[in-house]
Amino acid sequence: MDRILVVQPEKCTSCRTCELTCSFTKTGEMNPELARISVLTYEKVGLAVPMICQQCGVPACMLICPVGAITKNTATGAMEVHDSKCIGCKMCTIACPFGAIHYHVATNLVSKCDLCFGDPACVKLCPSGAISFVEANAGSIAKRKTFAAKFKNLFEEVG
Amino acid sequence: MYGWTGQIIRVNLTAGTIKKEALPVSDLHNYIGARGLGSKIIFDEIDPQVDPLSPDNKLIFMTGPLTGTLATSGGRYNVITKGPLTGTIAASNSGGSFGPEIKFAGYDGIIFEGKSPEPVYLWINNDTVELRSAADLWGKTVIETTDFIKENVDDDARVAAIGPAGENLVKFANILNDYNRAAGRTGVGAVMGSKNLKAVAVRGTLGVKVADQEGFFAAINDARAKLKAHPVTGAGLGAFGTNILVNIINEHGTLPVKNFSEAAVFPAAEKISGEWQAEHNLVRNKGCFGCSIGCGRVTKNHGKYKGIGEGPEYEATWGFGSDLYIDDFEAISKANFLCNEYGLDSITMATTLACATELTEKGFIPRDKSNLSWGNAEAMLPKIRKTALREGFGDELAEGSYRLAEMYGHPELSMSVKKQELPAYDPRGQHGIGLNYATSNRGGCHVRGYMTSPEVLGIPVKTDPDNPAEAPELLKIFQDLTAVVDSAGLCLFTTFGIGLPEIAAQYRTATGVDISDEELLLAGERIWNLERLFNLKAGFSKADDTLPDRLLNEPMKGGPHEGRTVQLSAMLPVYYSLRGWDEEGVPSEAKKQDLGL
Repeated sequence: MDRILVVQPEKCTSCRTCELTCSFTKTGEMNPELARISVLTYEKVGLAVPMICQQCGVPACMLICPVGAITKNTATGAMEVHDSKCIGCKMCTIACPFGAIHYHVATNLVSKCDLCFGDPACVKLCPSGAISFVEANAGSIAKRKTFAAKFKNLFEEVG
Repeated sequence: MYGWTGQIIRVNLTAGTIKKEALPVSDLHNYIGARGLGSKIIFDEIDPQVDPLSPDNKLIFMTGPLTGTLATSGGRYNVITKGPLTGTIAASNSGGSFGPEIKFAGYDGIIFEGKSPEPVYLWINNDTVELRSAADLWGKTVIETTDFIKENVDDDARVAAIGPAGENLVKFANILNDYNRAAGRTGVGAVMGSKNLKAVAVRGTLGVKVADQEGFFAAINDARAKLKAHPVTGAGLGAFGTNILVNIINEHGTLPVKNFSEAAVFPAAEKISGEWQAEHNLVRNKGCFGCSIGCGRVTKNHGKYKGIGEGPEYEATWGFGSDLYIDDFEAISKANFLCNEYGLDSITMATTLACATELTEKGFIPRDKSNLSWGNAEAMLPKIRKTALREGFGDELAEGSYRLAEMYGHPELSMSVKKQELPAYDPRGQHGIGLNYATSNRGGCHVRGYMTSPEVLGIPVKTDPDNPAEAPELLKIFQDLTAVVDSAGLCLFTTFGIGLPEIAAQYRTATGVDISDEELLLAGERIWNLERLFNLKAGFSKADDTLPDRLLNEPMKGGPHEGRTVQLSAMLPVYYSLRGWDEEGVPSEAKKQDLGL
């Protein structure tokens, strides 16, 4: 696993382009209900949080699955659902701490982010750069740099 | 069906009945959707002479074929009715997520007829559509109403509601969806109030399908890339919002000051600019559904007008700012928050206050009735709530500037066309915008043919704003293209970065309709002429295609366009002729035949 999806709520404009891109890419129709990513908006404080599978190091969904329908793609690091094995028991939706797995009544199947097999569509169309697909620690290193720069500015002001 | 759902909801509020109907495919193809389709229904179904606030008027919420799709800024819907401020046909446009949710519930739109005996709201949850009592919601603000429905019905519901202003039939009441996005102009909120309809709440879990998936994805990627690369849609609007215009228009010398009575140059423009807003008050950028531009502003006030909300956009900033000679950005922002809470069009609210201030300063309104004065934010702010509630002097402000000025014997001091107030561009330095104001089918308005784009920004070509000869031809194209954009469900701001070919490519691949670029533009012209025919039947004539006397006869007092007036009489006959209208501005039989009207 080289790269991970990093979400930055502070950059999100809540336009929900990611939801449409995801559902269109995966299902051929534009329907936020079928998207593997959801933008939760808190209008009165001016915040929007895109929520998506974090491809956990200890993936509860995969571990709880009684039939081995969820496996890890070692090339991308994504947990992938195999529809042919899935029995629609929904245990994975219960086990996931983020609600990142969606159960579809019509098909009796579940869906989750599979990182588009290593080339996530949502990242490409996100207009504000709120979702990026980066080296595993690039996100936290960028945050450290941003915060460190504040110290630099403070040092310049008082120093 | 692709793009469209092909289905609408018809609600008779008098009888409390709800029907689902299929839309004629020929109407979809000829009038596209949203503004065009809604106007077609209004044209066919209501008497143009009807009192806009009577049960015989209809109120239509309509999306376009690209609403709820990945098309560029494709999240918009229109509210179409006969407007109470102007008496013209009125289409008011809004973004947010409300329009797409109507599509996701499986409908293109909703027609409201009649008048409910009691306050109600409409709840749509996919197939389930029902009227519910709004007894507990009447009198509540937009925020309180939206909160109530989300807390008590469905947290994921998208809500469009009126505030107290709509209930009290304020002539410029608006409809707000998703808390802060407004179908702002023409008083559509008063029509909703007159029908005892407090809100429309929608939850949908269905999807929108397109005809050619591969072609559509290519078209939206191409258009989005162009928007990203363009300095206005890819950088300026995102960085500074629509308020990026404050300094630009001020430098151009067309930022109206004190009810258009002085040179259109505001000395304190910097303090109300987008740059100022970004530095002092911006929390983050806000995008409507599917929008890559993100011009919306989440704004925080820190001082005595403490609070958080959205906006103010350029128009509200100008209206409560330089038009009232106020340079306190947080006071302007507070005024805008109040308009959103109470459900008022911020442009007409601000400009009616500017008109009232001039009437007061000149002694036409007695001081014991109005304490308004130029630059006086403290006197101005309480008037907003009073207007919404029709309390005291607010009851007179609630009629808009024209009726107010007429009441005091000076209608010439209302800066309006067809009784709707002009927005933030002094046409004495922008002839094209002047011709657009005079000919707009919904009265004084900038978003029917945004001639600021060529005249000031040089998009798509730079024209000479002081030369009346350059305006008519381009304006006709702008008006027709805007009708296409509004009807498709796209945002007008995309047209800074893309044009007819990109819009047509998205439309064709989404709907599967085999139509040339020119034929699509012709649909825009058809919509424009249909609106015109409605207005003529409603009693409007060439005499109404005019501007306030001040703009025609009082030379600009200073700035880059000093000494100029609007040469409207040089432009209007040329414009009529280009449109295929006779000397009285009536579409000729040949033109009507060409357009299939």
